[in-house]
Amino acid sequence: MTTTTIVTLPVTKQESLLKRVLTNPSGIFSIGIIALVVLFGILGPLFSPYDPAEPDVYSLLAAPGPNHWLGTDSAGRDIFTRLAASTNFSLLTALLAVVIAIVIGVISGLIAGYFGGWFDSLANWLTSILMALPGLVVLLAAASVLGPSMWTAMGIFGILLSPAYFRLVYVTVRAVKNELFVDAARVSGLSDLRIISRHILGVVRTPIIIQTAIIGSIAIAIQSGLEFLGLGDTANPSWGSMLNDAFGKIYVSPILLLWPSAMIALITLSLVIFANTLRDELERTGAKQTKVKKGFTKSASQLANDSSASETIYHKAPNRGAGEQILKVSNLAVGYPDGAGGLRQVVHNVNLDINKGEVVGLIGESGSGKTQTAFSILGLLPKGGRIVSGSILFEGQDLVNLPTAKYDGIRGAKISYIPQEPMSNLDPSFTIGTQLTEPIRQVLGLSKKEANKKAIALLTRVGIPNPELTMKKFPHEISGGQAQRVLIAGAVSCDPDLIIADEPTTALDVTVQAEVLDLLRELQKETNTALLLVTHNFGVVADLCDYINVMQFGRIIEAGPVRDIFEKAKHPYTQSLLDSILEGGPARGAYVAPKGN
Amino acid sequence: MLRFTLRRLLNGVVMLFAVRFIAFFLLHISAGNVARNILGNQASVADVNAKNAEWGLNKPVLVQFWEWLVGALHFDLGSPWASALPVSEDIAARLPITLTLVFLTTIVAAIISILLGVVAAVKGGWIDRFVQFIGLVGFAIPGFLVAFGLVTVFAVQLHLFNAIGYVDFATDPVEWAKSVTLPVTALALSGVAAIAQQVRGSVSDALNLDYVRTLRARGLSFNRVVFKHVLRNAGGPALSILGVNFVGMLGGAVIVEAIFNIPGLGPYAVAATGKSDVPAVMGLVLVTAVVVIVVNLIIDLLTAALNPKVRLA
Repeated sequence: MTTTTIVTLPVTKQESLLKRVLTNPSGIFSIGIIALVVLFGILGPLFSPYDPAEPDVYSLLAAPGPNHWLGTDSAGRDIFTRLAASTNFSLLTALLAVVIAIVIGVISGLIAGYFGGWFDSLANWLTSILMALPGLVVLLAAASVLGPSMWTAMGIFGILLSPAYFRLVYVTVRAVKNELFVDAARVSGLSDLRIISRHILGVVRTPIIIQTAIIGSIAIAIQSGLEFLGLGDTANPSWGSMLNDAFGKIYVSPILLLWPSAMIALITLSLVIFANTLRDELERTGAKQTKVKKGFTKSASQLANDSSASETIYHKAPNRGAGEQILKVSNLAVGYPDGAGGLRQVVHNVNLDINKGEVVGLIGESGSGKTQTAFSILGLLPKGGRIVSGSILFEGQDLVNLPTAKYDGIRGAKISYIPQEPMSNLDPSFTIGTQLTEPIRQVLGLSKKEANKKAIALLTRVGIPNPELTMKKFPHEISGGQAQRVLIAGAVSCDPDLIIADEPTTALDVTVQAEVLDLLRELQKETNTALLLVTHNFGVVADLCDYINVMQFGRIIEAGPVRDIFEKAKHPYTQSLLDSILEGGPARGAYVAPKGN
Repeated sequence: MLRFTLRRLLNGVVMLFAVRFIAFFLLHISAGNVARNILGNQASVADVNAKNAEWGLNKPVLVQFWEWLVGALHFDLGSPWASALPVSEDIAARLPITLTLVFLTTIVAAIISILLGVVAAVKGGWIDRFVQFIGLVGFAIPGFLVAFGLVTVFAVQLHLFNAIGYVDFATDPVEWAKSVTLPVTALALSGVAAIAQQVRGSVSDALNLDYVRTLRARGLSFNRVVFKHVLRNAGGPALSILGVNFVGMLGGAVIVEAIFNIPGLGPYAVAATGKSDVPAVMGLVLVTAVVVIVVNLIIDLLTAALNPKVRLA
């Protein structure tokens, strides 16, 4: 059985960040390793009778034993002693780089972010230059000029690393500067210095610690790399120079590589794990992760709830029986994991029929489950959502649990979709033409030329002026109304039997709404396609629909021909929805009685 | 598009001047050191001054900069102090090897991380945890440690690859492949770590976007939407990480080349640094800066090609 991780709201009271990191296994593990390495550097030399630099020609490359705990190197020097001395040197030089980076980066970031002006532009420009420099090459250049000193090299490396702090502090200060609490501090007469130290540094403190752990691991890696290349002063033992020495003896005694490598790997890995843990805890801010089992079914209480729920009020629709049914949704239930191993059901026992050529409205407030019902029919429920029970018969075929490959043959070709928000439903990276023709070619098997011709004809039909030019445009170059027309063109492009329109006019200007509704009505009449119109707006359904389903709390509470619902609504919720459009609803055209009866 | 390219190009040239000037300034303020380092502590002050005059280090810094600039525009990077060949010839002979290594690594890292990142975002499960693990370890462990591990296991113990040396592709493609496999692997790990996590993040964000559902509702298959639409939109952030990573990789290549004894810029840089051969090192700084600027320009152009909105900026 697979498991999935979801985030739920905080249950317990918020603990301090430090305490949370210390109680986190990877947090305490990484801090422990870092502490051990530091202690090893400080205490190690005290336990060793040897001098780290003293060669002993009588015990070259000795194996680990009671005299030399980790053996000796090619010059007979005791490895344990050298390792401890190296730890001190490597950590201290890396620390120098970090401290210089913090001092330069944080101060310049604060000044540039808080005061702006010419310093801001200059600092940002310098930062982009520093970040484009390959650090190691610059360090080589510096070493050639300034001579081989690891302290100088790491000091310069600190300057090269400072942009990491500068960016961090700069961005945070920019974001915090105009926050209310900083304004309040300014109004209450605090000096800039006080505001920076009290309010702004408080915000960036933890991110700086995280950054320091990461920068520290980079500094250690670079320091070791330079020493390995033989560019440090040979007088000081360091992990890198030990690696250099060991690498020369790799065929004789490969284990010599192990000790310094292990030290470097341990410390860099622990620093990065510590940084990650701290960041995770910071981002979590109390939210708790729970493992949830997938493959849940309806619980007994849900089933009881379903059966006890009030029945749908059906108005008689004598003309409907004659039509040819293309979609029949029966007892549909949709659920999402509730984070406690159970199921939060958002759609309950929904029954919904659509006849060929019929316009059916699905109306309700946001959160009533209407969009979830629409996505269920398309087989495109958001992540985590699934159909718990019921069936969706489309032209006689049950779509529930249909294999994806078969579903792909139905979507676009037989059932199509018009979304709510036109802009976010077009891929920003492709031209209108490409997005329009790609599914046409795929579904109808047309050539590129034929598909282009068809797309231009469709764009003309949906009222896009100059369609050839629009084909070459990107989504951000056209208006929202035009984008919605493009999406409508896409939905009708493969002559579907059923179009699902999810709030097709909600995101548009009022004047454009009326035009788009007119277009939908005309297209529907021309092609005699069935249309499922999902909306919260009774004005829209009155204009277009033959039959209406009213949804509340995931259930269909009332259903009937449009005229009956408008004139003889029985459910109090339907009545209140109708009242609300008379009071303050959006402007709409005069009520046109649907033809037919 | 042309204006965009020209502006980025101009930016790069300005940056190059800045880098070069800073390098000159650094050299100028420590001019006394250089001659002293090379001549040794026994040399007299007069000898040091004579050496400085010979190298032109006693001239004003702007004059030095100008002379060097005129030379560089004629592809003359000066004569090194410690080798017979002109700097530009030495670098020209070695640059292709280093570039082969880093570009090969970049391509390998990009392909592996795109695959890993997409699968991790789409499938989740163990491969997702693996990508996060690689992201952590590959980021933390320096590439040269990976190189040591690879040499020890595959070259020293198993004798599967050459531990050291480089064979030209033109000489023997198979041997060439064997000689670059370990260095490329060592260099690629940190890139894979960073890029795979970025791809994973952007893809899993993009999967929840509205247009993905709409494209699927129009009959396109999941894989087609992911590999054509989602990946293209996730490409921008991944490319910028690739750019940052490339800069780090140039540095990593110096060490990795030294480990595997590959005759690229790395050993040359190390030798020149050890001898305080300033013209050689300055030539290297210039060449790497040009490479970085060109690569960043390519990445900017690719990003613009992927994302039409960038083209307006």
